[in-house]
Amino acid sequence: MLSRLPFNKQKRVVIISFVALPLLLLLTFSYYPALELVRLSFTSWDGLSPDKEWIGWANYKEVFSNPEIFGVFKHNFAYFAVGIVQNIVAIYFAVVLNGRLKGKNFFRLLLFLPYILNGVAVAYLFGYVFDTTNGSLNYLLGQLGFGALSETSWLGSESFVNYTLASIGFWRFMGFNMVIYLAALQSIPGDIYEAASIDGANGWQQFISITLPNIYKIIELNLFLTVTGALEVFDLPFVLTKGGPAGASETFVMKILETAFQFNNYGLASAMSVVLLLFVIVVLSIQRFLLNGKGD
Amino acid sequence: MNRTNRLWDSVKYASLLLAVFAILFPPYIIVVNAFKTKEEFHSKSYISAPDSFLYFKNFVQAFKQADMTTAFGNTILIVAITLILNILLGSAFCYAVGRFEFKLKGPLLGLFLFATIIPSITTQVVNYKTVQMLDLTNHLMGPVLIYVGADILQIYIFLQFIKNIPNELDESAMLEGASLIRIFRSIIFPLLAPATATIVILKTIAIYNDMYTPYLYLPRAEHVVVSTSLMRFFGVNSGDWQMISSAILIIMIPTAVLYLFLQKYIFAGVTSGAVK
Repeated sequence: MLSRLPFNKQKRVVIISFVALPLLLLLTFSYYPALELVRLSFTSWDGLSPDKEWIGWANYKEVFSNPEIFGVFKHNFAYFAVGIVQNIVAIYFAVVLNGRLKGKNFFRLLLFLPYILNGVAVAYLFGYVFDTTNGSLNYLLGQLGFGALSETSWLGSESFVNYTLASIGFWRFMGFNMVIYLAALQSIPGDIYEAASIDGANGWQQFISITLPNIYKIIELNLFLTVTGALEVFDLPFVLTKGGPAGASETFVMKILETAFQFNNYGLASAMSVVLLLFVIVVLSIQRFLLNGKGD
Repeated sequence: MNRTNRLWDSVKYASLLLAVFAILFPPYIIVVNAFKTKEEFHSKSYISAPDSFLYFKNFVQAFKQADMTTAFGNTILIVAITLILNILLGSAFCYAVGRFEFKLKGPLLGLFLFATIIPSITTQVVNYKTVQMLDLTNHLMGPVLIYVGADILQIYIFLQFIKNIPNELDESAMLEGASLIRIFRSIIFPLLAPATATIVILKTIAIYNDMYTPYLYLPRAEHVVVSTSLMRFFGVNSGDWQMISSAILIIMIPTAVLYLFLQKYIFAGVTSGAVK
């Protein structure tokens, strides 16, 4: 039926019908909520009542002045710090696997493995590793002769519970970062290295003056993923510690969801979401700015 | 020169061995303990092998108690419907956008591109209300709607792929009188197969591993999925590590097996998806 129409008309039908539904979904589940968040953030809505009372900037004042809310970002910092180390290690292994090496594919397969495992299962897996009395880490430390260290309560200490949790993130995502770096490394033409070694550059010099500049964009991308990942951490502490001990491992996203779905304070939760959204946009703009600056 | 090379070689292999150990040690503990009886678990050291790797009672009990028949059934249903919708909508959209020029195409793509920076976890506060309004909370289609509506990975992958399909194919089919719908159905869509495979695998793993969406939208026991069944099971059995170990293994194995067999597609998808 359609084939009898001239192609111009067909084209219009195809464009409209093929674009409409994805566009509608995008608007409904990405843009509408983003805008609605902004509107709700100025109200004291409880999630149920029909009237949404306008309260101006009160929610934002609360977000920035209440240490119980904004102070939670201190917990997120651990994930950022560990994320940086994770990127350095990922670059290291990507360089190693990009060189001449026996069993290259095996190592790549294994290092990436944690990324595809179920997150809840991984969380409990490490619940076992880090358990104080039955945990395999403390057992291992005891066997190796670190008597005092082997009684550490890895998930029960307010001072480093976030680093313990972040190290699980390290275990899970290092291979993912590495695979991205590896793809970038493989796209660097080999003759640049050949030319450099003919000129007498050693491995380290080649790394600094050829490898790093060539994967600069990918480093930025991974750092962006690290920063936003650290800002948005949620599932590990939610499953493993429920934010404990004494709220020490609560993250900002946990706080948002708790504020909305447990305390029914949708207005405040929306303001917190907007703040998070703005942070992500700021990080992205800084990254773009730096990238463009470098490109000139 | 030779000595530094040899030194570098030993550093390389030593660090790789350390990484292999760090990655395999936690699952190893789970594997050996999942096959132990309760008495064995308490009398033996945590890292020793079980008496028999044929002791499957923990698995059977965990499978039943965590209601994994329902969990796997629900997960598979959600994955299947999400994938069908995602692939149909995604490939059709990319055909329209990738093949034709039209007004507002630039802004349209920009809109899709920009959406990726909105952290989806923050919009849950509003999306939950939308799904509730559609009466789809406590309904398996609720998560499906969220997965179909809020993720646009498939669009990036299809769009990259469709550019590499030569335009001459479309043109010669047009000359033979095929309609555009037909060209999409019988030429473009089949040629997108490798991209489709990548999307199927990546999304299957992503949905299978997602915890928060089902936790939020499907709180009832009858709608349990794989991730939430493990959470429920842990709540009831906490401390009973040999039982939990076997439940963890049951849930980890499917994606690990998929990964081993389909690694080519997974690596292709991860690199192209990330460098968007």
